[in-house]
Amino acid sequence: MNYSGAEILIKSLEAENVDTIFGYPGGQVLPIYDALYDADIRHILCRHEQGAAHAADGYARATGRPGVCLATSGPGATNLVTGIANAHMDSVPLVAITGQVPWSLLGRDSFQEADITGITLPITKHSYLVRDPSELARIVKEAFYIATTGRPGPVLIDIPKDVSSTVNEYIVPEELHLPGYKPVSEADSWQVVEAAKAIAASERPVIYAGGGVIISGAHEELLRFAELLMAPVATTLMGLGGFPGTHPLSLGMLGMHGTKYANFAVCECDLLIAVGARFDDRVTGKLETFAHEAKVIHIDIDPAEIGKNVRVDIPVNGDVKIVLKQLMNVLQPRLGEAWREKIQMWKKEYPIDFCDNRELKPQAVIREIYRQTGGDARITTEVGQHQMWTAQYYTFSKPRSFISSGGLGTMGYGMPAAIGVQAGCPGDTVFDIAGDGSIQMNIQELCTAVNYELPINVAVMDNGFLGMVRQWQELFYNRRYSQTKLFNPDFVKLAEAYGAEGFRVTKRSELAPVLEQAIRSSKPVMIDFMVESEENVMPMVPPGESLSKMLG
Amino acid sequence: MTHTLAVLVENTPGILARVAGLFSRRGFNIDSLAVGRSEDPGISRMTIVVEGDDSILEQVTKQLHKLIDVIKITDVTRDDFVDRELVMIKVNTETSTRAEIMQLVDIFRARIVDVGPKSLTIEVTGYESKINAFENSLRPFGILEMVRTGKVAMLRGFKSITISDHQKREETN
Ligand SMILES: Cc1ncc(C[n+]2csc(CCOP(=O)(O)OP(=O)(O)O)c2C)c(N)n1
Ligand SMILES: [Mg+2]
Repeated sequence: MNYSGAEILIKSLEAENVDTIFGYPGGQVLPIYDALYDADIRHILCRHEQGAAHAADGYARATGRPGVCLATSGPGATNLVTGIANAHMDSVPLVAITGQVPWSLLGRDSFQEADITGITLPITKHSYLVRDPSELARIVKEAFYIATTGRPGPVLIDIPKDVSSTVNEYIVPEELHLPGYKPVSEADSWQVVEAAKAIAASERPVIYAGGGVIISGAHEELLRFAELLMAPVATTLMGLGGFPGTHPLSLGMLGMHGTKYANFAVCECDLLIAVGARFDDRVTGKLETFAHEAKVIHIDIDPAEIGKNVRVDIPVNGDVKIVLKQLMNVLQPRLGEAWREKIQMWKKEYPIDFCDNRELKPQAVIREIYRQTGGDARITTEVGQHQMWTAQYYTFSKPRSFISSGGLGTMGYGMPAAIGVQAGCPGDTVFDIAGDGSIQMNIQELCTAVNYELPINVAVMDNGFLGMVRQWQELFYNRRYSQTKLFNPDFVKLAEAYGAEGFRVTKRSELAPVLEQAIRSSKPVMIDFMVESEENVMPMVPPGESLSKMLG
Repeated sequence: MTHTLAVLVENTPGILARVAGLFSRRGFNIDSLAVGRSEDPGISRMTIVVEGDDSILEQVTKQLHKLIDVIKITDVTRDDFVDRELVMIKVNTETSTRAEIMQLVDIFRARIVDVGPKSLTIEVTGYESKINAFENSLRPFGILEMVRTGKVAMLRGFKSITISDHQKREETN
């Protein structure tokens, strides 16, 4: 039987078990929207294509299944770019589908033509410009396979309008033929043996766990591995939730705004076991002094990450879940009590804490959210101080519960991501912990949440500043607050205008009751927390400094 | 250190942009890049000459491997290989210098491919140092124009770089 290219696309998406698409229509995707009209796939109309891309990204991070977004050619496609870059930096399986002008008009600067495969070349894992409807079914299958396997990432499919409207046969693609793409799973046994030897010989090991742990679903293996070695675990921002934050071996987050004890432990360890992490500069600080006494084992699925930023003594190239199992097969339990005692001492001496003066401190708000949700909510964030406080004061213990823009640091990520999370996990309590600056970058998506009855909770840490930038101005630019003081709208009224519920909290005494009310509400909620305006995120490693040189 | 990489890629429309873009955004220096069809019509072969120490080369190789359409990468510099480049040089000639230039053409086993009233177009193939020497010896006469294909390279003897043995692609990792 014959189908239009658009129908073939929808059939192929159904074959990939896609249940939700986040998108926005336009001229060159009319055939696709027409085919969607009677498809079994739920389409969520976001209010900006960037929102659609972030929502698909949030959906993917929360569920582990690929997120799908759809936009028209030209401005629709370019509006996806930030979302695609964001997914690329954090290795999120995203399939972005864009309309394109028909082949007959391509390359002529036609109306709403943009070379989106060219524009996104450096920020996609792979991309396709479809030439013929006969290729579509295979391309969709390849795209999902590439997006979700190995080190996941965004794949873009650009579909000219003539391709989506021309009729063709739908042939279910057979085996994929990708001779240049062979993701690894098991590590070579010599690498495992070398790593095991180094582990056995170490006295002060530290596990440095990144987002790879969550992506590969290795949290249980990591827990067993850490307990087998009795080795402390520091996680990156992306790794939060990959190891229970409540566990005695947890060091919390390391790096620029990490805990002192995590950073001290890394500075003094004799063996650093990096598990699905990529030695980002926000983690390492000054590279020359990072873990300078340690041998480094680097376990990663992407061989290009190994040795990219730091010298690695023992590369272990494989899927971290499988590699951890391989290692546990050859490792003996160990105790290392002296090392743990030392860390215990640091934990006592330098706990992560703030000066709680009973005013409405942002840290106190986040602790209260943690208390009331029992640590069970899915938390997204925007970017800035509130993001770091969330990482520090909401103790994450489950994978896929902390969803934040790590690599790109995209303000405006949190609310659309929360929408995607809520769409993928309908029964869960979802919070976007936001800043008053960031929230306005994709505020229009509040309309989407109301429209689709997605009861997200948006907690705005309203400090009247682009706080993180202000903090840097305070510390490194002599308090010259250039363009960081914010004039804000009335967030309560704004929420109500969108059809959400709005609350305001100005005093500490209102915090618990209002939060309770918000969580109980079955509607999308926005809470304006009028927090202290010049609070700083501490501790802090000044940029380019060693991890041992922490302020605060 | 200069490395010569033989890279087999799927013959897809965007592949050249992908490879070139990768080099520029990661800050790797390409000395030359030559592309054409391989013995298999679906597969193109690139010869890429890169400058860099072992750690840079390792990154280049690993990053190239991440491109889905890159099938196999071999650093021929690690083995016994032959490389060649084809160059065309249009050189200024006077009646007084023509004979001398023809003599150089002979010495370097170059070929004259076009004769103009005041110029000769000369083709020469060879390895890099020969070509450089030839270019230098023509320079005093006045080089009007020069075009180089970039280097192509192949392993010596029975060894070959083809897809059939691509299981061995890890050899460069
Ligand atoms: C799209 C984008 N633009 C600019 C920045 C730079 N930036 C990082 S944090 C920040 C301030 C964020 O302010 P707010 O959302 O109020 O959060 P706060 O730091 O006050 O908690 C800015 C401007 C960014 N990360 N993303
Ligand atoms: Mg703010």
